[in-house]
Amino acid sequence: MMRVLAALSGGVDSAVAAARAVDAGHEVVGVHMALSRTRDQLRTGSRGCCSIEDAGDARRAADVLGIPYYVWDLSQRFEETVVADFLAEYAAGRTPNPCVRCNEHVKFATLLDKALALGFDAVCTGHYARVVERADGTRELHRARDAAKDQSYVLAVMGPDRLARSLFPLGDVSSKDETRREAAERGLSVSAKPDSYDICFVADGDTQGFLRDRLGAQPGEVVDSRGEVVGTHDGAYAYTVGQRRGLALGRPAADGRPRYVLRVEPVANRVVVGPADELVVDRVLADRAVWYDDRYDAWRDDAARAGGGLGPVSVQVRAHGAPVAATVEPPARHGEVDRVAVRLHEPLRGVAPGQSLVVYAGTRVLGQATVTSTERVGGTAQATAQAPAQAVVRTTA
Amino acid sequence: MTAARTTAYLDHAATTPMLPQAARVLTEELARTGNPSSLHASGRAARRVVEEARERLAASLGARPSEVLWTSGGTEADNLAIKGLFWARRTQDASRRRILVSAVEHHAVLDPAFWMAEHAGAELVLLPVDHEGVVDLDALRAELEANAEHAALLSVMWANNEVGTLQPLAEVVALARRYGVPVHADAVQAVGQVPVDFAASGLDALTVTGHKVGGPGGAGALLARRGLELTPVLHGGGQERGVRSGTLDAALLASFAVAVEEAVTTRASAAPRLAALRDELVAGVRAIDPTAVLRGPADPARRLPANAHLTFPGCEGDSLLYLLDSAGVEASTGSACQAGVPRPSHVLLAMGVDEDDARGALRFSLGRTSTSDDVAALLTALPAVLERARAAGLSGSSRATSSSAAPRAAGTHDEQVA
Repeated sequence: MMRVLAALSGGVDSAVAAARAVDAGHEVVGVHMALSRTRDQLRTGSRGCCSIEDAGDARRAADVLGIPYYVWDLSQRFEETVVADFLAEYAAGRTPNPCVRCNEHVKFATLLDKALALGFDAVCTGHYARVVERADGTRELHRARDAAKDQSYVLAVMGPDRLARSLFPLGDVSSKDETRREAAERGLSVSAKPDSYDICFVADGDTQGFLRDRLGAQPGEVVDSRGEVVGTHDGAYAYTVGQRRGLALGRPAADGRPRYVLRVEPVANRVVVGPADELVVDRVLADRAVWYDDRYDAWRDDAARAGGGLGPVSVQVRAHGAPVAATVEPPARHGEVDRVAVRLHEPLRGVAPGQSLVVYAGTRVLGQATVTSTERVGGTAQATAQAPAQAVVRTTA
Repeated sequence: MTAARTTAYLDHAATTPMLPQAARVLTEELARTGNPSSLHASGRAARRVVEEARERLAASLGARPSEVLWTSGGTEADNLAIKGLFWARRTQDASRRRILVSAVEHHAVLDPAFWMAEHAGAELVLLPVDHEGVVDLDALRAELEANAEHAALLSVMWANNEVGTLQPLAEVVALARRYGVPVHADAVQAVGQVPVDFAASGLDALTVTGHKVGGPGGAGALLARRGLELTPVLHGGGQERGVRSGTLDAALLASFAVAVEEAVTTRASAAPRLAALRDELVAGVRAIDPTAVLRGPADPARRLPANAHLTFPGCEGDSLLYLLDSAGVEASTGSACQAGVPRPSHVLLAMGVDEDDARGALRFSLGRTSTSDDVAALLTALPAVLERARAAGLSGSSRATSSSAAPRAAGTHDEQVA
């Protein structure tokens, strides 16, 4: 039996997760995080975690489960980390994932730290991911049983220390329908509540409008890869690599093929567009790496000496993207801790800087980092250094 | 989990147990049939209950029966006072647009005032308070000297619901009267704790509610001086002099009036006992945590006898609340909840308390059922609660320090290897 703080968003997933924690015999206390600073947003917030309706639903779920319920105001932390990062990343021409940053800075940081300080043993959320305990008591983060709902991609940022203090009771659920069915059986009124997809702090779902309000209009040029001006924009920050819609280009491409955003150049305030094949990349560089396995360190040092890579692994570079086979390159310098480069075995289109790069061995998360840049190297990426890699990439059944 | 057994209820300012007399009257009258507005015998019988309650309430608070306007509670009475007075005064003179309220009013006064400024052409004047929460009389005087002819109304609470400050209403009323500006006071927290006499106060309108004095929820009243013009907010059947329509609930009102009468008649003996208990609580808390700061007036004579409001540096109110609740001690952070979201109190901010200190606020409020055992339960739980809450720190605050486990744990780990 543990003392568990269940984060209750007001949605069906977190309510059922908390119910399962209660069933498991834990002493559970429900907490709803107030993340919005303004009353307006509280009132009109979209599906997400910020509206008054959500807070009421969370309270009602706690009532039904018979657990205490509190609202904790984490809005300042949320604004200073998640929202500030969101704006800074877009302003820098990258494409942030605010759910990753929220998990990194708020849910599995501020909330978890506060819970531990107040005497809780763990935080429980409604994320879809599995935690597998190894014989030595350490834990592995795995994809959820339901691949369609899997959220290991946005959780990977938390790292092993925080994983040790986290419960994801929905990791073994076969589908969202099963969660809804279970919620209905338990008498949780949120069972039929629609899923949330929007960014919770962008109340009306208009991300571009939000960015314009907060960053101001910054008109500039849209150019093709030869530098020729093909259109204008109201702020380069509003564009994402791989984006096709909403470009409003004055002139069609010479060959008539559709054009996509290839790059965002924040200093020049330019958006570079071009044909789809120029979006293709097969090498991804990332920083702020987090690894889940101590043996990674040994491999990395060995690999640096031997010049081999770690693989084959699979990597995922966007929240709902399919995983692709890849090899993690050895560190560029001995002892390099923060950066990682991967060679993709099949090229990908439209990998946006700012997104998370998550490295998997089968279903198991090996590590994650934040994409800084991409390249097209060409040729065939080779998988090497099998022996040390095997030591790390021990896929758990 | 096993629910924490309540060992100490220290949140009487939120609501307080019903007095046995009030509960008895309520249950007796509930079975009665009859709409007080009906003309037949059942209606007349119900009407009699309502009017006896009106007389009882009026007598308890120094008002005439005809000055009692029944409402659904304090919030409705405050809304009626702010909106009804504004519209009535503005009808008489279109230039009277200024609504003067103290910065530490309850949201039931502040929010209608803000709403009128946003939607009804009012100009809102927030009167500042000093560090003890006392309204600044010089600022009021200056405002009246400059703009009295444009003033629609003035609203200053009798006693503050968070920090317990008693306002200098005699001076406020004298000033306003000199300029012919009507004054409303929210006396929800004051009734039963300090003497409240409507006629002697010189007020034009006063709010009182049932559930803060041992009566039922859902019953309240606005005392409105005879001849005071109020534009209705609720329109309908024309009850309550046409100012407040809606079928009257005889049982609820009878119970409410009995509770007010009982609270007022026993006040002289109850208040000193509660003040002594409050002093015991404050002294005990300060002995445990010398850094705790008592907010509101230092002089006990200028604050509510049953109120103790303290801030605990380095703690967050919601941590304290949770930890005390787990230990069976029920208190409040004192600030009005916005959708259950604890925000730093506007009262403390208006008193000049900085935002981080304001976050560590706890209000303990006593009532007729409070005993030394309740205080002892708090003092027993408090040391461990404070230790834990300080460890949890001001997590949402700009002063928060990063915790031991850094978000990028693997980074630090790798550095040791490298």
